[in-house]
Amino acid sequence: MASAIAKQTYNVFFRRSSAYLAGIFASAFAFEIAFDTVSDRVWDSINKGRQWKDIRDKYIQ
Amino acid sequence: MLSKVAYTTTARAFRASSTFRPVRFASTQAGPFGANRKAAMMWFTKAAAASAIVGYGISNYVLTDDRMAPVYKAVSEASTELKKKAKEFGIELEIPFTVAHAFSTADHGLHPPHYPWDHYSPWKSYDHASIRRGFQVYKEVCSACHSMDYIYYRNLVGVSHTEAEAKALAAEYEYEDGPDDSGQMFMRPGKLTDAMPKPYPNEEAARAANGGAYPPDLSCIVRARHGEEDYIFALLLGYCDPPAGVNIREGLHYNPYFPGGAIAMARSIFDEVVDYEDGTPNNASQLAKDVTTFLSWASYPEHDERKKMGLKTLAISAMLLGLSVWWKRFKWSYVKSKKIVYRPGKFDEV
Ligand code: HEC
Repeated sequence: MASAIAKQTYNVFFRRSSAYLAGIFASAFAFEIAFDTVSDRVWDSINKGRQWKDIRDKYIQ
Repeated sequence: MLSKVAYTTTARAFRASSTFRPVRFASTQAGPFGANRKAAMMWFTKAAAASAIVGYGISNYVLTDDRMAPVYKAVSEASTELKKKAKEFGIELEIPFTVAHAFSTADHGLHPPHYPWDHYSPWKSYDHASIRRGFQVYKEVCSACHSMDYIYYRNLVGVSHTEAEAKALAAEYEYEDGPDDSGQMFMRPGKLTDAMPKPYPNEEAARAANGGAYPPDLSCIVRARHGEEDYIFALLLGYCDPPAGVNIREGLHYNPYFPGGAIAMARSIFDEVVDYEDGTPNNASQLAKDVTTFLSWASYPEHDERKKMGLKTLAISAMLLGLSVWWKRFKWSYVKSKKIVYRPGKFDEV
């Protein structure tokens, strides 16, 4: 089973250089979005109530 | 110092390996300072004690200050003379050890205490509500004397004020603009692209109005002073009566945190000089804390972004470190699990 998945992965991503490259680009793109989302959320929760976005509701018309 | 036990062990070790040609350790050798290490230690201890006593005696009873004064004087005169001569040839001579620098907190300013600024923590942003209140303090108090040429109204947008608020704040002042079609300069209400209004048209006017002292531009003041936030905060609240014997000239004020102690700026932060819209208590230390936070933001506007970036960098680096450790072990696993076996071939007995 595991080897079937491995084989599938190999055939899709590693067999041809073009697919390999496309895979790298796509995963870099996905990773960056995921990483930024998570780290921004962590930052915002550490600094809850301190940043402008937390107090702007009080002043926006 | 080597203990006695250690000595005997070494000695025994010697005897055990007596089949080899005995080599003597340097420490057990008789030398100029005694028969063995212990004796040498004693010799040095005695020598140190004796030179301390002799040195003390000489400096206090033989080469007393009275007797040395003429020598010092001669040396200093000679070096002054030497410097003068050197200067005639265009050389700035600095003879080491001939100048004494005494440190005095009165001259250099009292070091401010370290305050627990909550934005000092590596993962904390500025408290933007505090920046907003600090701007209010700057606007209502400090801006009467201090400019902030490098802070524009647009800089406040998204930091402490909304765009509409910043526009309204800018429009409270008139700025000179132009020339118009007829070549005339004209006044118009401020825009987001205008800097904080200047209290004085130029430095000379500012000095004339402040008894000769120039109120520095506050745009980068936190960066520009040792002690940064701590110094500004301590300075704003540090005014007190001068100690006995210190005379403060008319128009100056005593502040121990200011180098020299006499500052031309009068105390300007008092309880309740500013009314906060958000209900924060407006006592003097709160006002000082808020205006210092605002000035700190003005000096380091990239602060929040920089810290967030730093944390992301650490997170990515940690992942890469993990990956590279794995990669190293992956590559080395071949070498590490290799077994080298020596199989002697056939050879003739000699
Ligand atoms: C009445 C005018 C006046 C007001 C109001 C005023 N200052 Fe000053 N400030 C001065 C003058 C004048 C100096 C220069 C002092 C000197 O060099 O002796 C100065 C100097 C300073 C310095 C520099 C001190 C140094 O180490 O060189 C800082 C920081 C400062 N002011 C901050 C503030 C802040 C913050 C406020 C608002 C709470 C404020 N000032 C309000 C007149 C003023």
